[in-house]
Amino acid sequence: MELFDKLLPYLLSGISVGGQYALIAVGYTMVYGILRLINFAHGDVFMVAGLMMVYVSTWAPLYVAIPLVILLTVLLGFVIERVAYKPLRRAPRMSVMISAIGVSYLLQNLALYVTGGLNKNYPTIPWISDTVSVFGATTKMVTLVTPVLTFLLVVLLVQLINHTKIGMAMRAVARDFETSSLMGIKINNVISITFIIGSFLAAIGSMLFFTNYPGVTPTVGAMPGLKAFVAAVFGGIGSIPGAVIGAFIIGICENIIKGLDTLLTTFGVIQQPLGLSTFADAFTFVLLIVILVFKPTGLFGEKATDKV
Amino acid sequence: MSGVILSIKDLQVSYGGIEAVKGVSFDVHEGEIVTLIGANGAGKSSTLRSIVGLVRPRAGQIVFDGEDITGQDTTNIVKKGITLVPEGRRIFPDLTVLENLKVGAYMRRDRLDEDIEWVYSLFPRLRERSWQAGGTLSGGEQQMLAVGRALMSRPKLLMMDEPSLGLAPIIVRDIFSIINEIRKRGVTILLIEQNANMALQTADTGYVLETGRITISGTGAELLSNEAVQAAYLGT
Repeated sequence: MELFDKLLPYLLSGISVGGQYALIAVGYTMVYGILRLINFAHGDVFMVAGLMMVYVSTWAPLYVAIPLVILLTVLLGFVIERVAYKPLRRAPRMSVMISAIGVSYLLQNLALYVTGGLNKNYPTIPWISDTVSVFGATTKMVTLVTPVLTFLLVVLLVQLINHTKIGMAMRAVARDFETSSLMGIKINNVISITFIIGSFLAAIGSMLFFTNYPGVTPTVGAMPGLKAFVAAVFGGIGSIPGAVIGAFIIGICENIIKGLDTLLTTFGVIQQPLGLSTFADAFTFVLLIVILVFKPTGLFGEKATDKV
Repeated sequence: MSGVILSIKDLQVSYGGIEAVKGVSFDVHEGEIVTLIGANGAGKSSTLRSIVGLVRPRAGQIVFDGEDITGQDTTNIVKKGITLVPEGRRIFPDLTVLENLKVGAYMRRDRLDEDIEWVYSLFPRLRERSWQAGGTLSGGEQQMLAVGRALMSRPKLLMMDEPSLGLAPIIVRDIFSIINEIRKRGVTILLIEQNANMALQTADTGYVLETGRITISGTGAELLSNEAVQAAYLGT
């Protein structure tokens, strides 16, 4: 029971961070599913969403700022696709990837220009910033809200993909552009919708993430972006449930590693802290290497359909 | 026969400097079954693909239903009532059979029940397998599904790229008898085939394509009895 008490705070923040990674990871995995493109700018869209919230909330009340920031983020994702990826539709995949890296740096540099490189304090969103106590561990409400909201959004998304006309078109386009266009599906619209959904989820993710984070800097999107990317690869890139499960596993493991020193000293396994928390980030990337070496398709990667 | 529904004038298609189609002209009349036969690389597929806008012709004109559709977007052309059953079927493997049919009617906003019923009555096997993923069907079933999917858009002109490719002879016969069935519904059919015998038996009009040009034309029966055609394509 004592172990549980000590572990709980890390577990809680792990679940919470995992949910936030999940919301970003879905954007990576959906875009990959349709365009076979790793959208390196996605983490920076997440950062820009945070930054926009900082600026919009200075002049607008939160009930205006939240929907407005979501809208602007969606618009940003849409414009990035139209300007930087669509003209390269027939180009080799590598060109699109390089364009994505370019967009990533462009967004970071724009943010640097706008903020002057200073840390911008994220506005406090009431209610989700409230402190609550769960089984004796104190945490912010956002810790509890994140997994629930993530779950809801992902279920909605999976319903959309499996049971609506546009979802059917997305699944068709993900498989075969040419035949989809023969069905009268407007490929570019489907791709735009994919980016819109991805950016929408990233905007929500940024609001949850920055509530627990000191502030927004131009490079703040890089780490969560990379981890969400690893989560998507871990889960099997292209698979939405895979990305979500991968994100939760990474979030939880990473936070337990952060607490490893405290846990081990409490139980007398080690005498003094070893600074193990430093390895929290390294864990994610070791995981990436292990996955790529032993199971490159990830947990739920694309499988070939068998004949019966 | 009634009026011309599709008119191709001096169509030229080239890929990176290589001319696949070198000035092809022909007409398709409403309600007809027309076939283009020819060897591999004769330019048959390129002709169909440029009609439906998957490749942009280098020169020439494609007029459908009195309207110049040359170089338009595929989605626009499909909307006007042309559809293509692509070579190799190209079923969506992880959509169910029913979803494959529904996606074929993607542009339509009306009810699909009647059309689905019609496709199932043409191909009863599809009804049995309606909840199965498209990728799990056999080659013949996939061809049926590809034809059914194309019919779901209620096309005026149905084009087929090698419908008999890789199928057992008995299934090929089924497919061709269904092509006749579809024509009775007033759908005009343009099909290209290497299986010239079957195609010419079914077709009202046939054209022989050789290295990007039409060399022989006539009714299906005329071509079947043409000595040059017999020697080159019928193996008799």
